[in-house]
Amino acid sequence: MPMKFNILIAAGAALVLAACSEDAPEAAAPGGPVSSASNIDPSSIQYFQQTVGDRVFFETDSSRLTGVGQQTLQRQAQWLAENPGVNGVIEGHADERGTREYNLALGARRAEAARSYLISQGVAAGRLNTISYGKERPESLCSAESCWTQNRRGVTVIAGAPTS
Amino acid sequence: MIRVIYRLAALSILVSLMAVGARAQTAPNSDGATEITVAGGEFQPISLAAPAFIAAEGEALRLSTMIRDVAMADLEGSGLFRVTPPEAYIEQITDFDAEPRYADWQAINVDALVTGRANIEPDGRILVQFRLFDSFASGQVEGLQFFSDPADWRRIGHKIADAIYAKLTGETGYFDSRIVFVQESGPKGQRVKRLAIMDQDGANTRFLTGGQELVLTPRFSPNDQEILYISYERGEPQIFLYNLATEQREILGNFPGMSFAPRFSPDGRQVVMSLSQEGNTDIWVMELATRKMRRLTSSPAIETAPSYSPDGSQIVFESDRGGGQQIYIMSAVGGAATRISFGQGRYGTPVWSPRGDLIAFTKSSGGQFQVGVMRTDGSDERVLDSTFLSEGPTWAPNGRVLAFFRESAGQNGAASLWSVDVTGFNLKKLAAAGAGSDPAWSPLLP
Repeated sequence: MPMKFNILIAAGAALVLAACSEDAPEAAAPGGPVSSASNIDPSSIQYFQQTVGDRVFFETDSSRLTGVGQQTLQRQAQWLAENPGVNGVIEGHADERGTREYNLALGARRAEAARSYLISQGVAAGRLNTISYGKERPESLCSAESCWTQNRRGVTVIAGAPTS
Repeated sequence: MIRVIYRLAALSILVSLMAVGARAQTAPNSDGATEITVAGGEFQPISLAAPAFIAAEGEALRLSTMIRDVAMADLEGSGLFRVTPPEAYIEQITDFDAEPRYADWQAINVDALVTGRANIEPDGRILVQFRLFDSFASGQVEGLQFFSDPADWRRIGHKIADAIYAKLTGETGYFDSRIVFVQESGPKGQRVKRLAIMDQDGANTRFLTGGQELVLTPRFSPNDQEILYISYERGEPQIFLYNLATEQREILGNFPGMSFAPRFSPDGRQVVMSLSQEGNTDIWVMELATRKMRRLTSSPAIETAPSYSPDGSQIVFESDRGGGQQIYIMSAVGGAATRISFGQGRYGTPVWSPRGDLIAFTKSSGGQFQVGVMRTDGSDERVLDSTFLSEGPTWAPNGRVLAFFRESAGQNGAASLWSVDVTGFNLKKLAAAGAGSDPAWSPLLP
């Protein structure tokens, strides 16, 4: 488990760097299938993370999915339908502007919001687990809204797919 | 090499009142001479003198010097006492069983005099005796003796300090206690967290977990021997119970979903906690003997951070059922809850004072986080610390002092442990092994 986690952090860091140049965090998520990424195996984790979009973002103290977030999850559901051999764990995260236990509960709510939406899009419930990290695993480290928007997130982590 | 602290609990330190001194009196604090009232910045600390304890050259003298120093550091650290340096003393104490010359101590404005004597007994134990004199009332107000393994000398110092504190303030001491916390290392994005325990003065720090898995929010059992905490070692966060005597840990129930925010009931028989099921967090209670669970709240809101009243009849907790994070009180068996926090901002992490009179909390408003206290009906709110992030208060066993943690802002932000008097006086950083968060104060040691 810890080893897997480290890999995920490293993969996520690249995304955050890309996202920091944008004003709106949701803009970091691709707007739709990207044809130029033709060299990437569409069944790979890399494709899921970069092309499908592995994460959705939330407003402060909210677990409501945004319109952009719903679109991301629709692409995730489609990808999961095309890759029936893999399962997902949805991580719920919060920014540092909350108390520890409340943020664990908030992270659980966010992960469940994403999971419920994926199920509504046809993904079998048994393929999706959730875990809350509260404020324990920030990806953007500054103490400003530009980082907090990146940290209020639900990340779908795929297990069992090729890593490249 | 850090000493194994759990053996201390089994240690028998004999405490007996010494009926020495013809003019032994009861505590003077009722007459106002040494009564402590802390109000704003007006407070004048009590002036103490503590000449070197009388002891034979060698081990007895060496230990007694360190014991005296620990006791005086405790008392000065409380902010309520000031120790007059030995250079100012007129009378040199050479006979432990003789009355001091009170006039000599009055002349240098010493309110209370501490004298001591130490011997290594034939069985190898150390015997430490001390007397406390009120120099203006001209009489002995306390006299105690302690036997212990010399290795436990620090605890004798803490017990002497507790006895002096109790006699001169009229309140129970808190120095012979310890703090369990989360020691933090590594960068902000990949923090390594380990459970650690230390004496309340920062001595004897040792680690209880190795840092391989993320751990959070340790809490002491009422008997000081067990610690509840959260670990990610099985994937989702789960509650674990660590036994300080056996150094063994066990998972407390193995629920589907996350379990967190545990606290013991005051009788130690139950653990109140939060369970998250399908994203919804409610409060449950587990009877430890049977591991049976009972649900106390059931609403679609977040209900977490439960803490018992000292008599075990009520639970204070936080909920966002009203739209934002606020503090509520309900019966310990569940049912209707009453909201008590109504100030500006969000309120969480309520912890009931061991005296029963106050609730400590974390509040966020105006871009800052505050640690504060309020009465159990929500009145008389008082903020004790306000920074970028001040969080997670815990009560010293006498309900007079709180510890909490801060985290500084920015990508190099780090956690630190702090303590403050319940009045807001004597705010200070706690000595600890590196950065720390999530402190939990133990009960007074037996």
